[in-house]
Amino acid sequence: MAQTEVKTLAITGNGAVSLAMKQVDPDVVAAYPITPQTDVVQNFSQYVANGDVKAEFVTVESEHSAMSACIGSAGAGARTMTATSSAGYALMVEVCFVAASMRLPIIMTTVNRALSGPINIHCDHSDSMLGRDSGWLQIYNEDGQEAYDATVMSFPIAEHKDVRLPLMNMYDGFIISGAIGPLKPLSAEQVQQFIGQAPDYPKLLDAKNPVTMGPFDGLHGWYFEQKIAQNIAMENALDVIQDTYDRFYELTGRRYEHLMKYRMDDAEIVVVVANSAAGTARAVVDKLRNEGIKAGLIKLRTFRPFPVKLYAEALADVKVVGVMDRADSFGAPGGPLYMEVLTSLYQEGQCAKAVNFIYGLGGRDVFPQNIEDVYRRLDAIAKGEDAPRERIYVNAKGM
Amino acid sequence: MATQEIKKQSPKVYIDRPDHLSGGHRLCAGCGAPVILRQVLMGAGDSPVVISNATGCVEVSTTIYPYTAWKDSYIHSAFENAAATISGVEAALISLKKQGKVTEDFKLLSVAGDGGSYDIGLQAISGALERYHDIVILCYDNGAYMNTGFQRSAATPKGAWTTTSPVGKVRPGKNQQRKNLTEIAIAHNIPYVAQASPHNFRDLIYKAEKAFAAKGPAFLNVLSPCPRGWRSKESDSIQLAEAMVKSNYWPLFEVENGVYKINYDPKKRKGAVADWMKQQGRFRHLFTPENEWIVEETQEMTDYQWERLKAMEEATARFGTQEAAEAQEPAE
Repeated sequence: MAQTEVKTLAITGNGAVSLAMKQVDPDVVAAYPITPQTDVVQNFSQYVANGDVKAEFVTVESEHSAMSACIGSAGAGARTMTATSSAGYALMVEVCFVAASMRLPIIMTTVNRALSGPINIHCDHSDSMLGRDSGWLQIYNEDGQEAYDATVMSFPIAEHKDVRLPLMNMYDGFIISGAIGPLKPLSAEQVQQFIGQAPDYPKLLDAKNPVTMGPFDGLHGWYFEQKIAQNIAMENALDVIQDTYDRFYELTGRRYEHLMKYRMDDAEIVVVVANSAAGTARAVVDKLRNEGIKAGLIKLRTFRPFPVKLYAEALADVKVVGVMDRADSFGAPGGPLYMEVLTSLYQEGQCAKAVNFIYGLGGRDVFPQNIEDVYRRLDAIAKGEDAPRERIYVNAKGM
Repeated sequence: MATQEIKKQSPKVYIDRPDHLSGGHRLCAGCGAPVILRQVLMGAGDSPVVISNATGCVEVSTTIYPYTAWKDSYIHSAFENAAATISGVEAALISLKKQGKVTEDFKLLSVAGDGGSYDIGLQAISGALERYHDIVILCYDNGAYMNTGFQRSAATPKGAWTTTSPVGKVRPGKNQQRKNLTEIAIAHNIPYVAQASPHNFRDLIYKAEKAFAAKGPAFLNVLSPCPRGWRSKESDSIQLAEAMVKSNYWPLFEVENGVYKINYDPKKRKGAVADWMKQQGRFRHLFTPENEWIVEETQEMTDYQWERLKAMEEATARFGTQEAAEAQEPAE
């Protein structure tokens, strides 16, 4: 059921996400400011100062302490949120693993920014890709609307009894975080209704049922099984995420899927890309389609868990797939997304040609022409040109 | 006032208080930590407690999965972040109490050794103290990273042998004097800071009770004998702690709303640092003609610190006003 008349706001990505945080009004937020996430924390501070939220806001002295406080808070039984970027996320990573292993449904916004060094404040995905093995659910978002919607949808996903894992939502630093775009928000009541009550799980603040969390596993050896349990929860999340997307569609008319297909029906050459570059890519697909080139696009949303079968299905009849990574994995066969897509194809016994394009590192612009060049290359490969095994760097100087 | 008046009770009163830590934990014979924890938790009385513990001896010895020695709720997340973790527990407690979802008066305790307090956990402790959470932060100071096999910390005494300040042909153990963490905590202008020792259990339990009763953060630094790392006899631990206090090396004092009070003042020093250094194998190499200067220097430093402490007691006596204490408290 689509919403009736909703006023459209003109708001930055960070503004959209902080609005969602205000409407969610979690029990606790513990966060530390960092570019380009900063105004998420600033806006939330203002909500606290204005008395607009009931949340306890812990203004920690570092991101490591932000995530540590989130662990204490969620462990105590409180609905808990935080936000970060780049170096801040890197500082958190040690305890991000702990949060996931404790199965604490903490919700974090990670505004994508390049990792140092050299220090660079602009967008790429090296920060969140650093945590791809940390046990957190990872959802990538194209624009402010998606980031807002994802924030609201995070709670029923992360808190679901078959999942109970922390979740991070990404969107591009500056390109989305700081740029004003349209937002159709929900009402606070709709948000509250959608997220429901926080679940009741074993918690520190239960005097009658005290619990020991984070025990030492050095002698009896259940670490391995604990890790298997985390992976089972990841597996379970695939259905829970889609069910939540479907329920959200009923409420808003906005359709979300693990991967978002654009003009894929008879596509022969396809690009897979995450976040804001997908918008540019759609315009390029339209242009190429007008020329009769059978171009298609897959926009990644869910990266953890990675929906292997869905990628294999979507790419089953495709001749060449170009995977665009906004992060690199030095010394690896390709960027992180490329390796996931390649593995998905292999696991399902498919052998479409796949080429890796690395783009946008440290905020390097990706223009429509750059993406068009990517498709032209894929088209040439589809017509018989050799598919390169090595990465192709997009819009890099001297390449 | 953020602090409350607490009476030092007779041992009979303390012994009837519930034990928060059960037997069967695997800390070493002669270890100061479980003694200290029992005494500190006696200060919490009947209240339920949430303990946030840094990685270390206490953590690995009390929570060997699937067992736990803790009768209260307990959380360990990493080495450097016990104080940050308890900050989050406190925020959750405030929020859930406001919503009526939690009704009990929980006491919140962060526990770390000197590694997790003086060194890797210092930032998290400083942040938590500055944010004025209603928590107690306890450091059990045994003077090195004992859990991982005796590596030096900022709390290791000068000249002490550790595995990362070993004794060799050109180095007589640790080169540097200790950091004064208690003074660092005091500099946060929090309601209550105290230094204590398990040999004087009435003093320690009283201080813990005072710390838990304070509205806002409190910091306890407690000397914790370690037979393995100190290379001392298990049966000597409590006596060694006493000797260290009597030599003025580890003064028993408290700072309440900025006012220093020495709790044990021997007037004339009751022993020298050499007395207890001789009983600890980690200092054995110092009792040679070429290294004796380190013992002498440690005595000089101890005497100087003691004189300074007495001067602080005298100087701050007139500053304990209600107005000064309230000015330090955060806005609601």
